[in-house]
Amino acid sequence: MAYPKRFDGRAWDEPRPMEAKVGVVPRADGSAMFRIGNTVAIAAVYGPRDLHPKFMQNPETGILRCDYNMLPFSGHGDRVKPGGGRRAREIGMVMENAIRPVIDLKDYPNTVVDVFVDLPQTDAGTRCAAITAAAMALADAGIEMKELPAAVAVGRVSDKFVVDLNYDEEAHEDGAADIPVAMLPRSGKVTLLQMDGDIQPADLKKVLQMAHKAIIKINEVQKAALKARFADK
Amino acid sequence: MTETIHIKDKTIAVPGETLAEGMSVLPGAGTYRDGDAIVCSRLGLASVEDKVIKIVPMSGVYTPKLGDHIIGKVTDILLSGWRVETRSPYSAVMNTKDAVTDFIPRGANLAEYFALGDHIVIKIVNITSQHLVDVTMKGPGLMKLQGGRIVEVSAAKVPRIVGRDGSMIQMIKDATGCEIIPGQNGWIWIKGKPQGEILAIEAMRAIEREAHLPGLTERMKAWLTQHAKR
Amino acid sequence: MNRNTRTNLATYLKDGLRYDGRKPTDFRDITIETDITRSAEGSARVRIGKTEVIAGVKLAVQKPYPDRPDEGTMMVNAELRPLASPQFETGPPGDWATELARVVDRGIRESKLIDTATLCITPGELVWNVMIDLVSINDDGNLLDAAGLAALAALKTTKLPGLKDKMVDYEHRTNDKLPISDAEPLPITVFSVDGHQFIDPTYEEEDAYDARLTIATNKKGELCALQKGGEGPLSIDEIDKMVHLAVDKAQEVRKKLPR
Repeated sequence: MAYPKRFDGRAWDEPRPMEAKVGVVPRADGSAMFRIGNTVAIAAVYGPRDLHPKFMQNPETGILRCDYNMLPFSGHGDRVKPGGGRRAREIGMVMENAIRPVIDLKDYPNTVVDVFVDLPQTDAGTRCAAITAAAMALADAGIEMKELPAAVAVGRVSDKFVVDLNYDEEAHEDGAADIPVAMLPRSGKVTLLQMDGDIQPADLKKVLQMAHKAIIKINEVQKAALKARFADK
Repeated sequence: MTETIHIKDKTIAVPGETLAEGMSVLPGAGTYRDGDAIVCSRLGLASVEDKVIKIVPMSGVYTPKLGDHIIGKVTDILLSGWRVETRSPYSAVMNTKDAVTDFIPRGANLAEYFALGDHIVIKIVNITSQHLVDVTMKGPGLMKLQGGRIVEVSAAKVPRIVGRDGSMIQMIKDATGCEIIPGQNGWIWIKGKPQGEILAIEAMRAIEREAHLPGLTERMKAWLTQHAKR
Repeated sequence: MNRNTRTNLATYLKDGLRYDGRKPTDFRDITIETDITRSAEGSARVRIGKTEVIAGVKLAVQKPYPDRPDEGTMMVNAELRPLASPQFETGPPGDWATELARVVDRGIRESKLIDTATLCITPGELVWNVMIDLVSINDDGNLLDAAGLAALAALKTTKLPGLKDKMVDYEHRTNDKLPISDAEPLPITVFSVDGHQFIDPTYEEEDAYDARLTIATNKKGELCALQKGGEGPLSIDEIDKMVHLAVDKAQEVRKKLPR
């Protein structure tokens, strides 16, 4: 059937409209909201703080712990039963791996930095939105970071290569490849890479380069939101 | 040697932002060197002085430092002392010998001296490599707190609330009639009449919000004078 | 409960003041937004001061229970997520989340805001299941009242999804509102310290109460749910005062609901 034009009229390499706000959960040590298209992620950071149970403590460094949670009414159809499950646990793990390279918690042995991300509304690209929000929340919490990781899903929809697939594109009848990528904007290094679907090896490099460009744009949104946190009212 | 400083003094910098370029510029706290560039590693207010760029944090949990005067909360009674929460990832221990000048007999009920939930003003006297913290209550200004109210502020903002040589906090005390003891860990004890306490807290919240904006001292002076008349 | 906070707060209340300068019977600023998430059939975000709660309503269809062939079902679940406070943990709902959900549920059910008989599509075959989820985003005290208000606002604006071949078609929402009565039940929790009563505590003040009484009333001022919490006992006179206060405050808060 091919894919002559994107369902929502975007350019192939254009991410959906974005919005970010920092400090949305006052009780937390740091927090941020990130919206891309119809996907919304709220991240809150607590820590470094005491870690329980004790057996999880690492005497050489603090640990980063990410929790990803889709709210029951956030799915595309049926209610999502609370409790996370294996998908949420896996996303928590890849979030940790995506962010760990920029954080050094050796000065905080036996502690944990907890990142909780709740999503009240989802339309694909959720783990990427979660990572982007988490990065801002960690900065807001005063955690030292070499730079801010950002993430976006790239891939293939039918015969076209695109940036930031939405739910309908992921479900295109001709098939799609959904490739979530997290990158460090300064160094261009990839810290998260996964794929659902199929793609030719030669095309992977191309979509990763598209991802890099998009991630630099997303990083600008992150930086602006963090600066706006302290703007003179 | 050429150097370019991109960031303006007293503006907000975010992690990953290139603050300056050139090997003659020196990376201070909250920054790191990446090749030729100095890069921000912590959200905060950039401070550019001579050739040193550092970041003054606006947030972050309190990290215990030797010599700090903090307000702690008793959370456990131990065999020969008390466990004290420091509002940081690391709790502290106060030994009976560091608690009071009176002699505490062995086997005494330590809860009679300091009970769970009591707030105390203490000084950090030792931090081990494993971040175990020892505190003492023997020394000027250190004591058990009675009555009053504990206010939570960001530890990063306490210096601003205290002010240079304690000038800001003195202004608040004079205007509100409250006793105020600030802890470097972000717990601040105040005691006065309810109206006075509320005013003092409002003042501290205002300083928290506007710590990075210029002219704060003048604004607070005017605000306090105006509200003290109420 | 923190003894020192309790003693200090009692001094404030004697002077007719609160920790943040309010009067004991004042609410903080309340904002209500509806339709805040497209994924839900109905949703609302309520802010009371810095406390923030989101309520989401999802509708599904199912076969009715054999002993109630022409009645739909309704359930209320509360997620007090660790995102919102350092005192919440991951895992299934704890005691407080369970209590909060059940109290909000009782207010809705007993006031007949939702009459499960109106949720019947085909008797014996197909009924609506209304699932209300209350999620804390920031806990600065008084989550229960905020949650009850959010649930009501979400239900008032819930639209039925389309039905196709006895299955829900979530892609196509109808313009039909969920059938609810105009009962407008609202829980108001009144707290007591040393005999002084106050509402809408911040999380600091919540550390200091002797007893609390949640009173849900409908638009007519009739009681439709009660829940006492806290370890301190209450006299009948105190309860009477609290109930009257709750009836008045609920009417005040109702004015802020979207029409």
